[in-house]
Amino acid sequence: MQVLKAGSRWKSAVCDTQVMIIKGVGEGHELSCGGAPMVGAAEAGGGSLDPDKAEGTLMGKRYVNADESLEALCVKEGKGSLYFDGEKLGPKQAKALPTSD
Amino acid sequence: MNIITLLEMTAETFPDRVALTCEGRGIDYAGLLRAAHGAAAAVRAAGVARLGHLAVTSPAAPAALFGAAIAGVPYVPLNYRLTKEEIAALIGRIAPALLIADADYLVGVNLPGGVEVVDRGAFLARVLAYAEPEEADFEASVAVELFTSGTTGKPKAAVLRHENLFSYIVGSVEFGSAAEDEATLVTVPPYHIAGISAMLSSIYAGRRMIQLPNFSPEEWLRLCREEKVTNAFLVPTMLRRVIDHLAGSGEKPDCPSLRAVAYGGGRMPLSVIEQAMAMFPGVDFTNAYGLTETSSTICLLGPDDHRQAAAGEDPLIRRRLASVGRPLPTVELEVRDEEGKPVGADVIGGIHVRGPQVSGEYGGIGSMLCPEGWFDTRDRGFIDGEGYLFLDGRADDVIVRGGENISPGEIEAVLLAHPAVADAAVVGVPSEEWGEVVVAAIVLRGRDVLAEELQIWVRDQLRSSRVPERIRYVDNLPYNELGKLLRRVVRDDFHAG
Repeated sequence: MQVLKAGSRWKSAVCDTQVMIIKGVGEGHELSCGGAPMVGAAEAGGGSLDPDKAEGTLMGKRYVNADESLEALCVKEGKGSLYFDGEKLGPKQAKALPTSD
Repeated sequence: MNIITLLEMTAETFPDRVALTCEGRGIDYAGLLRAAHGAAAAVRAAGVARLGHLAVTSPAAPAALFGAAIAGVPYVPLNYRLTKEEIAALIGRIAPALLIADADYLVGVNLPGGVEVVDRGAFLARVLAYAEPEEADFEASVAVELFTSGTTGKPKAAVLRHENLFSYIVGSVEFGSAAEDEATLVTVPPYHIAGISAMLSSIYAGRRMIQLPNFSPEEWLRLCREEKVTNAFLVPTMLRRVIDHLAGSGEKPDCPSLRAVAYGGGRMPLSVIEQAMAMFPGVDFTNAYGLTETSSTICLLGPDDHRQAAAGEDPLIRRRLASVGRPLPTVELEVRDEEGKPVGADVIGGIHVRGPQVSGEYGGIGSMLCPEGWFDTRDRGFIDGEGYLFLDGRADDVIVRGGENISPGEIEAVLLAHPAVADAAVVGVPSEEWGEVVVAAIVLRGRDVLAEELQIWVRDQLRSSRVPERIRYVDNLPYNELGKLLRRVVRDDFHAG
């Protein structure tokens, strides 16, 4: 059972991807990568990458669903694509801010 | 969440890129991450609850910040410019602790029990040579404790949790966004929130840091040129010193690689920013407003705002050069009246903020956030019709004269506009008749001026209640080393004299 709370870390069962939840949604949802549900940092993976869900993740990108109720930061990149409750996640579009410190 | 993730990401992506340069020596991101693990091992071996830092800025500061994070204890940088008694008192409040120190700052300090001191140089040599990875504590809660400057009383320890700092960085900095040739010159001391955020932002962006332990305009300009600095952050006093040095020496302000200068940490005089923009026409200026309790920046006045304001004919646009800009997208900000109700445009009130980077928590006191998560900054100001925030001093500095709230900033601005006035501080002193009355300490610019002339000057432009009842002429006003006016000292001088 995934509890997608802010600060929790998840790794792909089928590629190198790891994410940290920035904005969480709690229980009753599924976050997957490369076609397989993501597992806890200490759990073992397994299975193979679904070639239709293999566009890859990029280090440091924040991935969100359409209404931005879930936000996950990629902290290790891999070959799979991220999905949340069957919806493909896209990189968050944020306005670049000037460097302030 | 743990801020070590920020450094791990950069170290994995750019292991060989230079993370920081200090006194001519460079350390790459992989090396900095190893040093952080070394610092964590030192904390665990000492079995302490905090990692203190009483030293000038150096690679030991980021190693300690991230090492404390790995070990799951707070990093507590202390102000080495305090008196020996003040330093001893703060050290007593962080025990049991491992304290990284420059020996000079401990001379004559009565060390309390439970504190193990390690010399900064020895600490740095040890952690840079460390190779064993430590297990990071992802359950860690507090990342940093920062003692506030205590301009109004005993220093309070502001508590910044991992999620506050992490949210601030991830929300305001794009990971790895710096090109390899970018370098930022860090001059703020490590015990200031801007010193912490400079380390976190630069590392997350992948931008090389050049650390300057003791600021001087000559050294700042030299490093800008020699290290091909692209970005810098300055407090207003430092920018003024750079401008004064250039104007006084006739030295050309050539810093060909410099692209962006951010400033904050105190009120920026209009004349200084105007001169700076004229001297460095190609540089992007950004005003950053924030507090220790908000993990640094909450509002920004960006480069386009600066240029529009400087070139503008419309007085409403021109005055924006004195604004601190608009809130970050991740921060909510409201100006409220004394009953706590939001006020309309251009009305002065108390500034309240909310967002994941806002901590509003103090050691031994707890959270000062209201149940809905808002933090009362104790700063006052107003928002104009376009959403730009203007500051108007601290709530604690407001003078209450016969029930009327008077903001010292408004009177100071009028006094500073007088040709004979170089600097001015307005404070309230007790009065039997009015509760408090307005008084002013004035630094003159060369020529004498009668107190009466200044009183008429203020009366002509503001209401009579704003007129300083007493005026003292002084050689200098008391500022701390970061340019914050010490109003308490100004008030005490009126009591004494």
